[in-house]
Amino acid sequence: MRLLYFAWLKTKMGRAEEEVDPPAEVTDVASLLEWLRGRGPVYAEALSDLSVVRVAVNQEYARLDAPVNKDDEVALFPPVTGG
Amino acid sequence: MIKVQKQDFDVGAEIDALRAGNTAIGGIASFVGTVRDLAGDTPVTGMTLEHYPGMTERELDRIEQEANRRWPLEASLIIHRYGRLELGDRIVLVVTASAHRQAALESCAFLIDWLKTKAPFWKKEETRGGETWVDARDSDDAAAARWRKD
Repeated sequence: MRLLYFAWLKTKMGRAEEEVDPPAEVTDVASLLEWLRGRGPVYAEALSDLSVVRVAVNQEYARLDAPVNKDDEVALFPPVTGG
Repeated sequence: MIKVQKQDFDVGAEIDALRAGNTAIGGIASFVGTVRDLAGDTPVTGMTLEHYPGMTERELDRIEQEANRRWPLEASLIIHRYGRLELGDRIVLVVTASAHRQAALESCAFLIDWLKTKAPFWKKEETRGGETWVDARDSDDAAAARWRKD
């Protein structure tokens, strides 16, 4: 699974993207975020307030119950501020 | 039409190109967003716009299609820049053209309101204290919400 980070999430994570291999219990966005938070203090801190984290799966906005699998591109980013 | 680009754009040339040869058009509305020198009461000296290549184009395309479903448009254009921008630089251009003014004006407002809450762009402002990522504004959500159809 390819993870992409944008804006302050990229800054906090210290990287723009990474390849991850989540365990079988990661089946949707919610369980993916929970698993990521358990990977270490940097992840836990960056994902401590999910009200300011938006998720896209394969470049489409996704809710917490949206399914994810190992071939997906999952992006985590703050609420958008363009325009 | 959607354009996501680093370079500046010429508003007049873009409007002329969009309406060229289409005499069904009777009204054209446009919005130009520019880099402002204040964030609240903090002086800003410049900004950098980051985006999500691929998803940005998909979202803008989807927003434009929605405008075309809601209003009888003859033509529409969204240009959004990314990268480093100076004070006063143009950031975004929305142009809508229709037979009559109401559809053009309303759809132009709709497009910029929706773009601000859906298109994956993020602004990082430069101030005397350093660089800060801009927080999303509740007022932008409220502006977008008025176009929601429930």
